[in-house]
Amino acid sequence: MSYERPTIRHPDAKKNSLGYTRKEYEGSISTLCAGCGHDSITHALITACFEMNLEPHRIVKLSGIGCSSKTPAYFLGRSHGFNSVHGRMPSVATGANMANRELVYIGVSGDGDTASIGMGQFAHVVRRNLDMVYVVMNNGCYGLTKGQDSATADRGSKTKKGRPVSLESIDLCEMAIQLGAGFVGRGFSGDKKQVVEMLKAAVAHKGLAFLDIISPCVSFNNVPTSTKSYAWVRAHEEAALPFDFIPCCREITVDYPQGSVLPVTLHDGSVINLYKQDDLMEITSRSAAMDALEQAKTEHRILTGILYLNPEQPDTHALLETVTTPLNTMGREELCPGNAELQRINDAFR
Amino acid sequence: MKPTDIHECSYFLQVIDCQYACPAHTPVPEYIRLIAHRDYSSAYMLNWDSNVFPGVLGRICDRPCEPACRRGRAEGEPVAICRLKRLAADFRGDVESLFPRVPDRKNGKRIALIGGGPASLTVARDLAVLGYELELYDNQSRAGGFMRSQVPSFRLPEEVLDTEVGYILNLGIHTRFNQYVTSLKKILGKGYDAVFIGTGAPRGRDLPDLPGREEGDTSITVGIEWLAGVVFGHVKKTGKKVIVLGGGNTAMDCCRTARRLGGEDVRVVVRSPRADMKASQWEIEDAAGEDIPIIDNHVPLEFVVKDGRLVGMRFEKVRACYHDNGKRELMATGEKPIFMECDEVLIAIGQQNAFPWIEQDCGLQFTARGLPVLDELTLQTSLANVFVGGDAAFGPANVITAVAHGHQAAISIDLYCRGKDLHDRPRSKVSPADQQLDFQDWIYDSHVSDERRQPVPHAPRAKSLKDRLLEVELGFDPEVGRVESERCLNCDVQTVFDASLCIECDACVDICPTTCINFIKNGPEDELRQRLSIPARNLQQPLYVSVPLPTGRIMVKDENVCLHCGLCAERCPTAAWRMLKFVCRSAVAGDR
Ligand SMILES: Cc1cc2nc3c(=O)[nH]c(=O)nc-3n(C[C@H](O)[C@H](O)[C@H](O)COP(=O)(O)OP(=O)(O)OC[C@H]3O[C@@H](n4cnc5c(N)ncnc54)[C@H](O)[C@@H]3O)c2cc1C
Ligand SMILES: Cc1ncc(C[n+]2csc(CCOP(=O)(O)OP(=O)(O)O)c2C)c(N)n1
Ligand code: SF4
Ligand code: SF4
Ligand code: SF4
Ligand SMILES: [Mg+2]
Repeated sequence: MSYERPTIRHPDAKKNSLGYTRKEYEGSISTLCAGCGHDSITHALITACFEMNLEPHRIVKLSGIGCSSKTPAYFLGRSHGFNSVHGRMPSVATGANMANRELVYIGVSGDGDTASIGMGQFAHVVRRNLDMVYVVMNNGCYGLTKGQDSATADRGSKTKKGRPVSLESIDLCEMAIQLGAGFVGRGFSGDKKQVVEMLKAAVAHKGLAFLDIISPCVSFNNVPTSTKSYAWVRAHEEAALPFDFIPCCREITVDYPQGSVLPVTLHDGSVINLYKQDDLMEITSRSAAMDALEQAKTEHRILTGILYLNPEQPDTHALLETVTTPLNTMGREELCPGNAELQRINDAFR
Repeated sequence: MKPTDIHECSYFLQVIDCQYACPAHTPVPEYIRLIAHRDYSSAYMLNWDSNVFPGVLGRICDRPCEPACRRGRAEGEPVAICRLKRLAADFRGDVESLFPRVPDRKNGKRIALIGGGPASLTVARDLAVLGYELELYDNQSRAGGFMRSQVPSFRLPEEVLDTEVGYILNLGIHTRFNQYVTSLKKILGKGYDAVFIGTGAPRGRDLPDLPGREEGDTSITVGIEWLAGVVFGHVKKTGKKVIVLGGGNTAMDCCRTARRLGGEDVRVVVRSPRADMKASQWEIEDAAGEDIPIIDNHVPLEFVVKDGRLVGMRFEKVRACYHDNGKRELMATGEKPIFMECDEVLIAIGQQNAFPWIEQDCGLQFTARGLPVLDELTLQTSLANVFVGGDAAFGPANVITAVAHGHQAAISIDLYCRGKDLHDRPRSKVSPADQQLDFQDWIYDSHVSDERRQPVPHAPRAKSLKDRLLEVELGFDPEVGRVESERCLNCDVQTVFDASLCIECDACVDICPTTCINFIKNGPEDELRQRLSIPARNLQQPLYVSVPLPTGRIMVKDENVCLHCGLCAERCPTAAWRMLKFVCRSAVAGDR
């Protein structure tokens, strides 16, 4: 196996507005199995950050444990990163975000890392609406430990060993909607175009943007009887609602027929255009979104795209009424105002 | 677009840019790998088979392969293919024992070769080993043609030429040296089974009508005559102030030789802008390195002769205008004519073909340009048993073209002598046929080196300017050669796609360092090229197109800057991509 990628790139490789090519957003060569869906999502992340002209040194990538959680080694090699303990990515992300609210936080987790050992952390980081992108690379199994069923494996789905899953599965998107996330989406690693657009919108969104991306595990869970395989997802995937992401700086030039488009403006001024279609779900309503997801499930359809959107949800900093200055730019005096001040605060509670 | 037919050998040959560009189709990447493994003798033999003069060409080849080399497009500078060839020649072991044996029993056919340059010598080599009797005529006392009489020793030492010419003559060629053939009819009358004409383009252009030409004659010489004079010892020194007219390689050889024969102020004056000069870039650089200024956009007006002695030349300054139809026009700038002092002028403004020895009524037809009428593939003339190759065929070119012609002429002569159809020619051989590589096999060479093109050391200038026989370029040592050889991308290890295995996981798209691979909807080629993730603007490079996949899309690979790193094959979970080594050797006479 090759342990490094050649450094030569296409001489006509595109540059973004910072003058960078994709190379500046890449990491080291992946050590995952050939064909792993996680690698596709890795590259979607690279593409999204490159196309959004993000400065690599202003991005933080965080993860737990698992093949999925290893991927931050394979993208954004010039950004900050923290590979935490199994299921504990959310608390590290919270701490980092508290210290510097001005960076872009991208959390990468797996279905095991999030829906089993990290379930508690997941629930509460969503409730707090931490300003971050939370990506689950969902393969329905514990890839790193050789493919045991995970909590997102659908009941009845058969893995390589052939035994059907007997427990009810956890739908992380439904949970995230229920727990108060302002941006919830589902994607498929095999549909990179949609994943990239969704990632961009997620980065632009203020508050927690949760993305559950189905990502086949080619080694342990890619048999056609598994609901997380390339073949199954291709056959059952259905876009919930077509959308366009228009970054804040780009002028909106196209005229749409009255009433056909619902533009949703995000915190940073960018716009998500949702193309209304009669029989399709309404995604700015929590209950409608939940209904649509349940309905699709009974019909064995997998809804992909942005599933729920509410840009008005206050994020952790707003909820806690923290200072707007990043803590890491403050001096010792301000951060630690001394005993007298402490006394004053304590007295206020008496 | 239609799916690519990779079973057509020409597809893969086209991907090996260097080999495709080489007139003799030398299997470059294969010999470069042999050099990387320090197997210089095998590398030499592979070259000897295809280009006959590895030691000579490793020094003076025009190198059409290098501007074509993929590494140049991908990284900026091509692999130093030519210098690697020389390395193989410099460090080869005993190769003579590896040469094919000449049969003791001849096949009874006699062939005359007129002219002893690389074209005739190639025919001689290819046919000698098949049992033909060959008689080689040349007006010089030794074989080699222009490689001997024109190319200066500081670029090509005589002993290198002697050795490789010797390899051929030792195959039992009958030489008729110091014989200028004065009549084709006489040759035809001698009953040869076939005649090959390799007499070159022996006449240098002059400026007979330029004022002062006659008066200054003793100090004005045509470049190629002058260079031959130097080689054969008639010219031993030159004036102190020399003007060389012309912008080709002959001009470069003239000026650098003049610097070695006492010329102190040697300058090259050329009509065209510098960017349009015909000389190879490296020759221009070497001349510049010897303090020879190149003055462009100057058209000669007259030779200025005072008291019977040449004192200088007058030039008109011009500017090039390029018309929409691609034509160039040199327009006078209107400035005052410029005078340059000199005591000697060398005219190196081109060569011409001349066949004064071929009778007009002997049946050999000529074109309006004075070149023999030829079948471009077979090199046969209007006389069925007469063939032409090298500079004599289509005008002045270079040694490797002469060699390529020699191979083709040898095939034609052999077919002709066996009464076969000249157009039913033997095909190139792919060897070993369909060799699939496993990970372990290709991994060693697949790593893409980050090294830049290695510079080659030169002899100290002060020394080389005093001695015209001292070779300037010193060649790579084995270690530098190894580093350079590893810059080669192994373009002959081909990527092969099997659509029936692909699950469209995108892994290959993601890993490819140069964004070659796309899975997209089909369309007409022009439009498809635009739609790739990085538009395929290099139209010389083909697109590799698959049959439709389950999602209805097709795989389109732009071959342009594929690094042949094999990562697509490594990352493909289903082995839909595999790497296939494709070593292609051109046919030679005697092949079926
Ligand atoms: C100054 C100069 C420098 C060059 N440098 C290079 C270089 O660096 N690299 C490169 O690739 N090419 C170079 N070339 C071009 C190259 O030398 C020729 O293209 C090549 O030698 C042509 O080979 P040929 O076999 O066709 O004929 P030639 O090499 O020209 O040989 C023809 C031979 O036939 C002899 N001859 C001609 N008429 C008769 C006759 N009637 N009877 C008997 N003998 C006859 C001639 O004397 C000569 O020996 C250079 C040319 C010149 C002029
Ligand atoms: C505290 C702790 N418990 C258990 C493990 C063993 N372990 C490593 S990875 C993993 C599951 C990972 O599954 P998932 O998050 O879905 O990642 P995947 O490999 O499937 O991408 C487990 C249980 C561990 N590393 N640490
Ligand atoms: S990289 Fe090697 S094989 Fe490819 S064109 Fe250059 S020399 Fe030839
Ligand atoms: S060999 Fe494959 S991965 Fe490497 S450059 Fe070529 S197409 Fe891309
Ligand atoms: S890696 Fe293999 S299976 Fe995947 S898209 Fe490429 S060729 Fe197809
Ligand atoms: Mg998993």
